[in-house]
Amino acid sequence: MMAFRLGSPPRYYIKSIKFGVLSPEMVRKMSVVSLTVPDTYDEDGSPMPFGLMDRRMGTLEPGQRCETCDGRSGECPGHFGHIELALPVIHVGFTKHIYNALRATCSKCGRITLSDEVIEKKRRLLEYIKRTGNYLRETGFYEKVIKEAAKATKCPHCGAKKDKVKLEKPTTFYLVDERNKPIKHLSPKDVREWLEKIPDGDVRLIGFDPEVARPEWMVITVLPVPPISVRPSITLESGERSEDDLTHKLGDIVRTNEKLKSTIEAGSPQMIIDEHWNLLQYHISTYFDNELAGISPAVHRSGRPLKTLAQRLKGKDGRFRNNLSGKRVDFSARTVISPDPYISINEVGVPVEVAKILTVPEPVTEHNIDALRQLVINGPEKYPGANYIIRPDGRAVDLRFVRDREAMAERLGPGYIVERHLMDGDLVLFNRQPSLHRMSMMAHHVKVLPYKTFRINPIVCPPYNADFDGDEMNLHVPQSKEAWAEMKIIMRVQEQMLTPRYGGVIVGALHDYISSAYLLTRRQTKLDRFKAALILGMANYKGPLEKSEYTGKELFSLVLPKVDYEGEALMDIDPEDRKVVIKEGKLISGVIDHNAIGDQKSKTLLHKIILQEGAEKGREFLDNLSWMLLMFLDMYGFTMGLDEEDLPEDAKKEIKKVIDRHIKKVNEYIQMYREGKLEREPGATLEETLEQKIISELNMARDESGKIAERYFSPNNSVLITAKTGARGKMLNLTQMTACIGQQTIRGERIRRGYLNRTLPHFKPGDLGAEARGFIKSNYKEGLRPTEFFFHAMSGREGLVDTAVRTSQSGYMQRRLINALLDLHVEYDGTVQSAEGFIIQYLYGEDGIDPTRSVGGDPVDFDEIERRVLKEIEVKASA
Amino acid sequence: MPEDLERYRRVMENAGLPPKIVEEALRRLEKLPREVWGRFVEEVIKDYESRLVEPGEVVGVVAAQSMGEPSTQMTLRTFHYVGIRELNVTLGLPRLIELVDARSKPSTPMMRIPLKGEYAKNEELAKQVVKEIEELLVGDLTVRYEIDPFEGQVILYIDLEQAERRDVGLEDIVKALKKVRNTDVFLDDPEKGIIRVVYLEEFSYVKLRQLKDKILSVRLKGIPGIRRAIVKKRSTGDGIEYYILTEGSNIRAVMKVPGVDARGVRSNDVFEVYREFGIEAARQVLIDEIVGVLREQGLDVDIRHIILLADAMTFTGRIRQIGRHGIVKDKKSVFARAAFEVVTTHLYNASARGEVDDLRGVAENIIVGQPMPYGTATLGAYFYMREPRGKQVKR
Repeated sequence: MMAFRLGSPPRYYIKSIKFGVLSPEMVRKMSVVSLTVPDTYDEDGSPMPFGLMDRRMGTLEPGQRCETCDGRSGECPGHFGHIELALPVIHVGFTKHIYNALRATCSKCGRITLSDEVIEKKRRLLEYIKRTGNYLRETGFYEKVIKEAAKATKCPHCGAKKDKVKLEKPTTFYLVDERNKPIKHLSPKDVREWLEKIPDGDVRLIGFDPEVARPEWMVITVLPVPPISVRPSITLESGERSEDDLTHKLGDIVRTNEKLKSTIEAGSPQMIIDEHWNLLQYHISTYFDNELAGISPAVHRSGRPLKTLAQRLKGKDGRFRNNLSGKRVDFSARTVISPDPYISINEVGVPVEVAKILTVPEPVTEHNIDALRQLVINGPEKYPGANYIIRPDGRAVDLRFVRDREAMAERLGPGYIVERHLMDGDLVLFNRQPSLHRMSMMAHHVKVLPYKTFRINPIVCPPYNADFDGDEMNLHVPQSKEAWAEMKIIMRVQEQMLTPRYGGVIVGALHDYISSAYLLTRRQTKLDRFKAALILGMANYKGPLEKSEYTGKELFSLVLPKVDYEGEALMDIDPEDRKVVIKEGKLISGVIDHNAIGDQKSKTLLHKIILQEGAEKGREFLDNLSWMLLMFLDMYGFTMGLDEEDLPEDAKKEIKKVIDRHIKKVNEYIQMYREGKLEREPGATLEETLEQKIISELNMARDESGKIAERYFSPNNSVLITAKTGARGKMLNLTQMTACIGQQTIRGERIRRGYLNRTLPHFKPGDLGAEARGFIKSNYKEGLRPTEFFFHAMSGREGLVDTAVRTSQSGYMQRRLINALLDLHVEYDGTVQSAEGFIIQYLYGEDGIDPTRSVGGDPVDFDEIERRVLKEIEVKASA
Repeated sequence: MPEDLERYRRVMENAGLPPKIVEEALRRLEKLPREVWGRFVEEVIKDYESRLVEPGEVVGVVAAQSMGEPSTQMTLRTFHYVGIRELNVTLGLPRLIELVDARSKPSTPMMRIPLKGEYAKNEELAKQVVKEIEELLVGDLTVRYEIDPFEGQVILYIDLEQAERRDVGLEDIVKALKKVRNTDVFLDDPEKGIIRVVYLEEFSYVKLRQLKDKILSVRLKGIPGIRRAIVKKRSTGDGIEYYILTEGSNIRAVMKVPGVDARGVRSNDVFEVYREFGIEAARQVLIDEIVGVLREQGLDVDIRHIILLADAMTFTGRIRQIGRHGIVKDKKSVFARAAFEVVTTHLYNASARGEVDDLRGVAENIIVGQPMPYGTATLGAYFYMREPRGKQVKR
C-alpha cells in the first residue's frame, strides 16, 4: 500500500471476474476444518475444536495466532471451514434455476426433452448468439428452450413418461399430473440425483455453465463456513461475548445437522428423519436469505430478525451500495463552512487544526531537502510540520514517537518521503452534499487560517448550493502527483465556472456585488483620487493613477480585460443607462448589473471574458472585481431601513381604493353565481369559472396595488435597487412589503379547507368572499390580521412540505438517470458508446459540441466572429 | 458569386462541420462583404473545432446530472392548465418521471391537431371538426340513472338540452343502445327523455350494475379516447390560424378526419406514437416532451443532454425505461446491475450462467477499486520500469 502511494502505477489490474457456483469438491478443498460441534467457546473461553470459532478458521484476537497460517490478527485473512450435511438441501437462491432444469429434462435419462435434431439446431443457434456477442438474446434463448422442452409429455430419448414439475415455494418440488395434483414429492436427494444425470451439453442449452455451475451443485451437500473474520464476535463492556448473526445461524445448522445424523444412524422412522431434514432446510434457507416470502424469518433472542447473507448485500446499507459503490476514505476532513470574501474563489480556508492532521506525501529531492528537514524538526505539533516519514525501505516512522527529530531530519535524503502538513497552495478537493452535479466537487487551493471553520468565497456558493446557516462541507487531500495534476487542470473552481447544463456561467457576482456594481457604474458616480486608489488597490490594480477624479465607469474599466461587449442592463431605473457598450475593455455606456456579471446566466460579459480570455483571466477578473466592489460598497454604505418600506398616506389610500374596487368586483361575481347569472366558461364547471374569475381579479388587485407603490419609491430605495439590478429579490417582494401580499393558495387554489363550509370560525358558512378564502390585503410592513396570518402560515407550510416530498422524488430519479447513463462516453471517432460498445449516437449531440464550451447551447458564436472579421477590415482600412 | 459560396461550402464540409452549421454560415456569408469571406469561414471552422467534445468524456453522467440537478427545483403540482385553463395536463416533476419511466400510457394524453385549408381559417369549420372528433358517451348526456333490481332494468334520464346542443336525438341514443347485447331498449317518455333498458337474461344486482356501466360508456359519436377537444387560435405571419387541442389521444382515427392536417398531428403519448410511426418518431416525441416540461418550468437545459437520454432509451429499436426494467437490466456487467437494485437475483443468475464481468464500465471499476477507462484514463500506456534491483520488467 505505502509503496503505491506516490503514484507508482499498480502492477496488476483486474481484467475480468467470472461468476460461478462452488462444487462440493471445491468446498472441501477450500476448507480447513469440518464443523461438527455447534458451540463456540468452552467454559474457560477458548474456542471449541470443530466448533464455530475453531481457531483454524483464523483469529481476531490480538496476540493469538491462526492455527492454519500462523498469522496474527490483521495478517491472517481467515480460512473457510465446511459442514458435511447428512442429507442434501436445496439452495434457496437457485430454486428457479433448479425448477427450470427439472422442467426441461427427463427424469429418467436426464436429457432435454427435445428431439436430437432440435437440440442440435438449438446448439448451433446458441453458438451463433455467443459468437456474435449479442448477449441480450441469450436470456430469451434459454427461456424458449425451457418452455419448448417443458411441453413434452414423453422423453424423445428414452421414451419415459414425463410428468410436470411443480415448485411449491420456497423449496419443495413435486411431480404433478395434468390437473396439477401432486403425484410424488421430490426430496432434495431425488432432485440432486435427477440433476446429476443431465449431460453437460444439454445443461448449456438451458442457461448453465457446466464448467463452473453444474445444476446439481445447487443442491447443497457440503456447506462452506465463512472464516471468523467475516462474522466477528464482539465483546460488550460487561465482558459478555456477543456472536454475529451468521454464527448464530451456523450454530443452528450444525446442531440440526448433527441431530439429523444421529436420527439416521439410530434408524428412526422416515417421518422423524423428514422432520429434521425440513428443519435443516429451513435453517440453511434462512442462512442465505432471511426475507423469503412464505417462511417466517429466523429471529434473535430479542425478537429482531437475523441479518443473514442476502441482507448483508441488499439495499442502501448493504455491501453493494454502502461499501462497494461508495467507500470511506482517509485524508478527509469535515467542518462547518463560513464566508470569507477576501480569499480567491479558487481558495479554501482551512483551520490550522485540520492542516496539522491532513498530510501530503512529499518525496525528498535535492531541491526541497532543506525545507523538508525543517518540517521534520517542527514535527507533528508545530505548524508547519510533518507527521510521518517513509524510509526508502518502505517503513513508516511516526514522528510523534521520535525523540530526536533533528537527527531524524539529518538522516533524510532522496528516496525518503515526508508526510508533511497541509500548506498554503496545496490543492484539495472540496465537496458539499447532495452532490447533484460535477460542480459539487471542485478543487481549491489551501489557505491555512486560524479558527475552526472552512472558509469559502461566497461567490462559489451557487455551484455547491451552499449557504452559511450551518452547512458543513468535506475536504479531501490528493495523495499523488497525478491526482494533483488532474485536479489542477480540470477540477479547479476556475475551470468549472462554466456549466455543461446550459453553456453559461454558474459562478458570478451575486447579491451585494451586483448592487455595488450598479452603484459604481451608474452615471452619477464620481470618485476622487484617494477613493479611487482605495478601491483600485483592492482590485490589485498596478497601473498609474493619472486623473484627479474618476467616474465609476472608468474605474470598472480598469479591471476589465480588453474585450468588446454589447448588452442590455437588467435594471430600468435609468433607461438612458441601459444599453451596455464595452469597447476594448472600456465601459462606454450602461450600468453593470446581473445581466453582465451575474451568476447562472449565459451570454453575459463574464461568460464572454471566460470564453475569450480563458479561465485564468476570467477568474482574476471576477476576484479583482469582487474585491473592488466590496471596497466600494463599504465606502458607499449600502443598507436598508424600515422607512424605505413606508408609503405616503396618498399612496395608501390609493391602494386601498384599488383593492376595495377589485373585492367589490369579486362580490359581484359571487352574487351573479348565486343568482345563476354567471356564464359558464367552456370546459369548466360553474364553480371553476367563478374561482378563475375571482383569482384573476384578486391577482389584478395585488399587481395594481404594487404598481401604485412602485410609483412612490425613490430610485435610491435600497430594496428597489436590489430587485431591479437582480441582486436579490423581485419587485413582488417589495410590493408585498409595502402594499399588498395577495392571495394565499393551497394546491393552486384559494384556501377552502378548515371547518364545515368555512375556513375559519371568523367567517359565515359558505362565504366565498376574498377575505374568507385567503386573500391578504395587508402588507408585511404594517402587519397581517390574525386570519390573514393563519392563511399565510398555511401557504407557507405547503411550500415546506412540497420541498420535502420533491427532494426524495427527484433524488431517486437522478439516481436512476445516473445509473442508466453512467457508461456512455465519447470515443475517439466521435461516437457515443456504452460500456458494452453499443453505439448510442454517431456524433455526440448531433454536432459533436461540448455544451460546456457552447455559447448558451450554440455551437458556433457567429455574431462574435462576424464582429471580429468586420473589425479587422476596419482596422486595415484605417491603417 | 455562387461558385464562391459553393467553394466555401465544400471547405466547411471537408472540415467536418455539420450541415446545419454550414447552412447558417453560408446564410451569414451572403450578407457580409466579399473581402471577409475567407477570414469568416476560417474563423468559423476554428471556433467550431475549439468547442468539440473531448474523447473519453462521460457524456452520459453529464447528461444525467444536467437533468437531475434542476429537477430538484421543479414544482410538484401535478396539474397545470394549458392556455386559459381549459385543459388539464400533467407537468413538472411527475411528468418528467413518467417520461423517463417509459410508462405505457401517459396520465394525461393530449393531442395537438392542426387543420388544413379553409378549416384553419374559419372558426366555424374548426368547431365542426371538434364536434366530429370529440367523444360523446351516453353517460355524458345522462343526468341521472336508476337501477331497478326488481324488474331487471336500468332507467336513464337524458339531459335533453345537452343532447340538443351536441346534435344528438333521443332516437340516436336508442339506436346506439340497441347494440348492447341481451337487452331491449324502450323510449318511455320522449318529452322528459326517459329511456329504459331491460336486461333479457337472468339478472342480479351485480349484473345490472355491470350493465349500467356498459350503457353509460356506449359511444354516440366522436373518436374513442378523445375526451375533450377545444379550438385554439394562433396568429401566424398571414393572419389567424385555428387548431385543436384534445384531452385523450387517438392518432390513427384523428388523422382520417376530414379537415385535419394529418401530417401535423402531434400526440404526447410516446408509446402510441411508437406503435403508429415507429421508434424515430417516438424518440422525437420523447425529446419534445422533455424539452416542453423543462421549458414550462423555466429551467434551462442543453438539448444535447435530452437527445442523449432519448437516444439511450430508444437506440435498441424499442423504448426502454430508465431503471431496473429497462436500460439497467440490459447492461452486460453483473456488478453494474447488482449495484443498482435487486442485488441477489443478479448474483444468482450470473453464477448459474457463469457470467464474466469484463469491468469496462464505471460502476464495476468503482466496485473493484480501479480507475474506469474513461476521461483521463481512456489512454493506457505500456512502459518498462526499472525495478529497485535493476531488473527490467515488462508491464
